[in-house]
Parts: sequence; structure tokens; C-alpha cells
Amino acid sequence: MINLHWLYVLAGAVFAGFAIGSARDPTNSKHWGNAAFWLLLATSFWFGDFLGDVGNGVLVLALVAIAGLHLLGRGTSESTTPEEREHSSQRYGNKLFLPALIIPFTAFVGTLLFSYTPLKAFNLIDPKAVTLVLLGCGVIIAMVISYAWLRPPALTGIDEGSRLADAIGWAMVLPQMLASLGVIFAAAGVGTTIGAIVGAIIPQGSIFLAVLLYAIGMVSFTMIMGNAFAAFPVMAAAIGVPILIQADGGNPAVIGAVGMLAGFCGTLMTPMAANFNIVPAALLELKSQYGVIKVQVATAVPLLIANIAILYVAGFRL
Amino acid sequence: MIDYWPLLGIALVVVGFALRFNPLLVVAVAAIVTGLLGHMPFLKVLATLGHGFNENRYVSIIWIILPVIGLLERYGLQERARTLIAGIRGATTGRLLIVYLAFRQILSALGLTSVAGHAQTVRPLVAPMAVAAAEKQHGALDEETVEQVKAMSAATDNVGLFFGEDIFLAIASILLIQGSLASFGIELTPFQLSVWAIPTAICAFLIHGTRLLLLDRRLATVPRRRPGSRPKRTSGAVAPPAPRPSPGDKA
Repeated sequence: MINLHWLYVLAGAVFAGFAIGSARDPTNSKHWGNAAFWLLLATSFWFGDFLGDVGNGVLVLALVAIAGLHLLGRGTSESTTPEEREHSSQRYGNKLFLPALIIPFTAFVGTLLFSYTPLKAFNLIDPKAVTLVLLGCGVIIAMVISYAWLRPPALTGIDEGSRLADAIGWAMVLPQMLASLGVIFAAAGVGTTIGAIVGAIIPQGSIFLAVLLYAIGMVSFTMIMGNAFAAFPVMAAAIGVPILIQADGGNPAVIGAVGMLAGFCGTLMTPMAANFNIVPAALLELKSQYGVIKVQVATAVPLLIANIAILYVAGFRL
Repeated sequence: MIDYWPLLGIALVVVGFALRFNPLLVVAVAAIVTGLLGHMPFLKVLATLGHGFNENRYVSIIWIILPVIGLLERYGLQERARTLIAGIRGATTGRLLIVYLAFRQILSALGLTSVAGHAQTVRPLVAPMAVAAAEKQHGALDEETVEQVKAMSAATDNVGLFFGEDIFLAIASILLIQGSLASFGIELTPFQLSVWAIPTAICAFLIHGTRLLLLDRRLATVPRRRPGSRPKRTSGAVAPPAPRPSPGDKA
């Protein structure tokens, strides 16, 4: 059965490729730092399961040291000039979209095939990783087609991939780092402490104020943890279940579902949700690493108010 | 007695991010300090950090897409996306992003969350199209506006994902809600929960859609550059040709 570990082997190879591509870039004065960074990540993907927890911890510290000591840089040269790209774009026309669209298309059709047709019974792909595995297949297919069609120099994929990787830099591993931080926060009892603080300030006698505290608690704790998943069990235990559902008789489905969605409004506003907010800023090469968060606040705040209204009206008045 | 000391880790993260230290460094320091204040020995902290990192590798799998995207960009993918949008009459940044928002919400509601995303669709296709549409409406854009249009493209992807995915029954967050409430003896089916994701999904579409239309209007009032002043960008593809210090240099 194809599972995540197959993808880890592939990802390890791609990161090793980034290391080679970075090392080959003479225009990047810090190319060895980049190469070491990507090589450590390749090591993590290939051998992470054999390094042991402390070994992985040391690997993490090495990554942090490279980034923290500013040993990461990026090259200055573009592989092709804007004029060349414009010319090539005219030459190949809209067919250039096809390889790019193969990836989502493979993931889309494949997920449907492997989830809802008799193919499912063959157990070819681990059900928990279907879309990611098919995304990986899509990448391989797109790569093969692009090479066969465009006939670029052999190492182009590696060079172009590492050009993009170097542009994103440390932001690429920030989501994984934050996930580890979440594990430490949980182990050190941060959630329990926050739940206790919130539980201690529950207003008596006002359903609306309790709803407000629940929603704002979800948002704040989500902003701290970077995702609503860590916040939900804490807020449900502190307010959602004992106050809103049991004492005030709110609709449990609404309290659960919309409480989580109120937390998602917090995800839009925090740098701790790095894969949604910081990584895209790096990927789109924005000047401000908080550029994406800044434009999201004006959607998140009205939507939070809408969620509070839904919680109150649908949870207690319908 | 509640132990408040581990909360210091949160303060460290906030201060570290605000002072723009390297985020990886901030997170690592916060993790170690929080662990130590939570009475974990250093080796245990290190092991927990390593374990968490290893268990979450799947988050970084998406980067295997970069070589293909880079290769296609080399052959003019972003330029093509711009040309395509320039050829569609009536295409505006706001309308384009509203269509994308709807697609993203619907696909996520069907459980197809990884089909689109910042690496898969926003960088190679959506952002260059949005910038091209803005340029088509208003002529050359200043750098700040280009930044805002690109940031809005990423934001639209996030809003579509977050407020579509919970309509799908088998998504992790729905299962988490179900599990959390079940531990209090409250039994709900995923269907009962995911139905209640629909009102918020509609609100998200209306609120963010309105903002996108307002962006169109605001773009319409951006003054065109005075004749004679040379526009900074004429081909505002996502990759700027000029070198720029890496994000890592922003201590």
C-alpha cells in the first residue's frame, strides 16, 4: 500500500535536489548555508524515523542555527530574462497551462476514483494520504511531460526548484517548527492554564456574554497556537460544554461547529499559522512578511462578528 | 494553584515576532523555555521538539511541486497567465478572485483541500492573473498596489479553504469536534456538525466577496501614473528580476 512514507522518500530526493541546485548557484554568496539547510531537510525526510527523538531534536537545532545565524541567502541571477520568457510564452501558448493543471487534476480525479469507486477496495493507497499521494503522482507526471515536451537542459528542474526554494528560505520549515512548538505547549500545560484563566472569568447570568467569551477565547487561543485544533478542546472544556451546552441549554452542534469556525477567524490573523500566512508572503515574494495577514484582518473581524451572531441566534434562539 | 510560568513562552513568541527576529529562532527559543518552565528536563524538551518535527513532516511535502512550477515559470507560465487574463473582456481583479473563492470553497467542501493552494495555484496562476487584471483596468501599478493584489490573492485562497472545508464530513476539524464533545457524553454525527458550517461559509463568501468588489473600486480610483513618469513595473510577474535580501536577513 502506498502511504506517506513513499512520499517522504520522494520529498527527500527533491530536497536533496534543492541542496545540489543551491550549491551550484555561484550568484548566492551563502550557497553552502542553503545547501546544508536543504540537505538537513532531505535527511529528515529520508532518515527521520531512524534518528530517534533526540536525534531529530538536534537536527531541528541545526536548522535553527543555520537560519538564526543568517547563513541563508539567495542568488541574484534569473535563469531567463523577462523578454525570453515572454517570447517562450508566446511560442508555447496556452498549452503551458497543461502541465501545471495536471497536478490538481490528477489529485482531483484520483481522489474521487480512489474514494468512491471499486478501486477503493484494492487498498492501493493509504486512505489517510490519498490526496497527498495523488498530488505526488501529479507532480511526477507533470515533470515527465514538461521534460518530454520542452526539452530543457537536464538539471533545469533542480536549478529552478532550488531558485524558488531559496526565495522561500526558512519559511518553508516554519509550519513544521510551529507544530512542534504546539506539542511542547501542550506538554507544558499551557492549554490547561489558559482554560483555567478563561473559566475563572466567566460572566454569570448572561448567555450573550458567555457566547462572546467563548468566541473570543477561541480566536485568541487559536492566534497563540497557530491553529484552532489546539484551541477547541480547551475552550470546549472551559466554556462550551459546561456553560453554553449544559447550563444554558445551547444547541451542541452549533456550539461545536461554529465555535471551531470562530477559531478559524483567528487563524487568518496570526503569524503562528505560518503555512497560511507567512509562507505565502515568502512564496509570492512580498516585501512585508505580514502582508497576507494585514489584508486578511478586514475579512476576519466581520466574519467573527457573523459567527458570534450565528452562535447566539442558532445556538439559543432557534 | 495554576502554574502561570509556561505562559512566558507565549510572551517570548509575541515579542520575538514583533521585534522581527528570525522566526525559526524565536520558535525554538520559546519551545525550549516553555518546556523548561513546565518542569521538563532539557533532553526531554529536545526529544519532544524532534518528535513533533518528525511527526509533522507531511506539512512540508507540498514543496515537491517547486521544480515543476519553476520549470514552467522559466518557459513563461506567469506571462501566459497574464496574457490570458488580458484577453478576457470584463476581467477584473475582484471578479477573478471571487470566481476563485467560489471554486476553492466548493472544492474544499467536497474534501478536495489539497487540489489548490499557495504553491499549486496561487503563485503560478492566480496571483499573476490578478495582477494582470489590475494592470489592465488601471494601467501600470505602483509597487504597493501590486503587493496588495498579490496578498489579496493569497488571502482569498485561505478564506476559501477555511470556510469551505468544514462542510466536508470527513475533515479533521469536524472529527475533532465530534471527538471532543463525545468525551463529555455529547454524541453528534459529522453530518449534524458540518451542516452548521454552511451559514458561516455563506457569510465568508459575502464578506470577502464584498471586499474584493471594493478592491476593484479602490483600484479604479488609483490615479494613473502621470505621463512622463516612468512606471516602475511594466511586466509585473510575481518573480521580480531585481535581487532582494532574503527574508532570513531581517534580524
